[in-house]
Amino acid sequence: MTSTGTHDGSLERLKREGRIVVVGASLAGLRAAETMREKGFAGSLTMIGDEPYEPYDRPPLSKQVLLGNAVADHTALPRRRAIEAEWRLGVPATGLDMAARRVELGNGDAVEYDRLLIATGVRARPWPNAEEGALKGVFVLRTRDDGEGLQRALAAGPRRVLVIGAGFTGSEIASACRERGLDVTVAERGDAPLVGALGGVIGAVAAEMHRENGVDLRTGVMVTSLEGDPSGRVRAAHFSDGSTVEADVVVVSLGAQRNTEWLSGSGLGAGPRGIACDAGCRAFDIRGIVTDDIYVAGDVARSPHALFGYQFLSLEHWGNAVAQADTAAHNMLSASADRRPHLWVPAFWSSQFGVNIKSVGVPPMGTEILITQGSLAERRFAAAYGYQGRLIAAVTFDNCRWLPFYEQQIEATAPFPPPFSTVDRRPEGSKPLPADFPDPSVPTHGPTITLSGYSPADRKMTFTPGR
Amino acid sequence: MRLVVDLNRCQGYAQCAFLAPDVFAMHGDESLLYNPEADPAQREDVMRAVAACPVQAILLEITDEDMANMVAPDAVAGAGSPSGGAR
Repeated sequence: MTSTGTHDGSLERLKREGRIVVVGASLAGLRAAETMREKGFAGSLTMIGDEPYEPYDRPPLSKQVLLGNAVADHTALPRRRAIEAEWRLGVPATGLDMAARRVELGNGDAVEYDRLLIATGVRARPWPNAEEGALKGVFVLRTRDDGEGLQRALAAGPRRVLVIGAGFTGSEIASACRERGLDVTVAERGDAPLVGALGGVIGAVAAEMHRENGVDLRTGVMVTSLEGDPSGRVRAAHFSDGSTVEADVVVVSLGAQRNTEWLSGSGLGAGPRGIACDAGCRAFDIRGIVTDDIYVAGDVARSPHALFGYQFLSLEHWGNAVAQADTAAHNMLSASADRRPHLWVPAFWSSQFGVNIKSVGVPPMGTEILITQGSLAERRFAAAYGYQGRLIAAVTFDNCRWLPFYEQQIEATAPFPPPFSTVDRRPEGSKPLPADFPDPSVPTHGPTITLSGYSPADRKMTFTPGR
Repeated sequence: MRLVVDLNRCQGYAQCAFLAPDVFAMHGDESLLYNPEADPAQREDVMRAVAACPVQAILLEITDEDMANMVAPDAVAGAGSPSGGAR
């Protein structure tokens, strides 16, 4: 490709004196800004962030910080290079005027752009009852301030901590509590921890890890209400099975919500599931037409992946934020023929109860699972997930050096069950098992309404309470 | 001195934990914990850890403030640039 991306020279002008605005001053926003400068963007760069802090790293907040090994306000991300941006921190973006190419801010200001990158990420899903959620001692864990507050509450030596939700964050919090010698109860609506991300076979291993480490793990239950004392401090939680747990710290760990509300009414295709974009990170408008000046990256983005049947994936993964930001930044400054797709293979890690859990591919797409190396009983293994005769994902427990091998297999659409035989003995045998993911038609968050019957007179509405 | 480890890339070789034990520590057999803001006194150890990582997973930034606080301004081979920001 020649350096002249466009015939009219507009791309050269953009690089020389254009205005680029990045909304979202976290991992994706920062890495995108660095890439733009690396690619020679010399125009004005504005970074907008609703938190008052420069970009910081979140994974340590549920691990090192809770263990007291690192301080929450010492998690600022290292810079790959100077980005010479104008920082607008502590002020949220509140609106977008696509026609005027303008972002509106919470303090009444507006910033005009030639290219916009949206990287507003997600926030912690709050406790559904706002009054109960506001009780002292009730936490979520997403931001630096959350991490700092929870760390302080744990250091004060609560008699019991209740963690609501046993996904990765909830499990890491429970692990940190046990390491600090605190009594902890974990309440999980599903049948096991991590079941939504890794399925029931691996979930059963996770459940053993919780119990062996002294966690009071309750599965198949929901917390129905939180109870405070007269001073407004949480003291107990009531469960759907009729039991009550007394706890003076409660951590609500029910996943995340995408920060897209500020775009409502803008005409951009943004909603609760994120912002849909093409594989080149260009956002769709509500008509399903791709924009050419608005790009998306990180947790808030939802983009089709060629390797996974062009399914729209939204990934709340650290590595995805880095890779997608890089692709978005490259494409923002490139002519159409020079743009490249975001083809990162999903990957994440977690560390809990001293075990290193890592994954590549898309485990929830898998219908079958095979322990290919090691054994579940030893808690040191590699497991492959199969989907329609294809290897679609792999997870390792304390066996991470094998993961790049599985990543290559997934990229090459290798068959499942894998034809290779290993030198390992495999106590579980070599026959795949059902991966045992929860039925996607079963509601995961609270009650739902289902409709049945055909004619309007026949329509029946069924209320299904959360179990 | 800020640092971040790409834990997707990290394979638990523990070279960093041997070379800069005040900043990096293994947690269990292969999980890594680290202090994302290391003390400037650890600079040389951390730079050795960055250089020794077999999968080059550590991103380190040395700020101007760190430079000012440096005791000995000698450079460690293979790491660092005067303007800060070494991979």
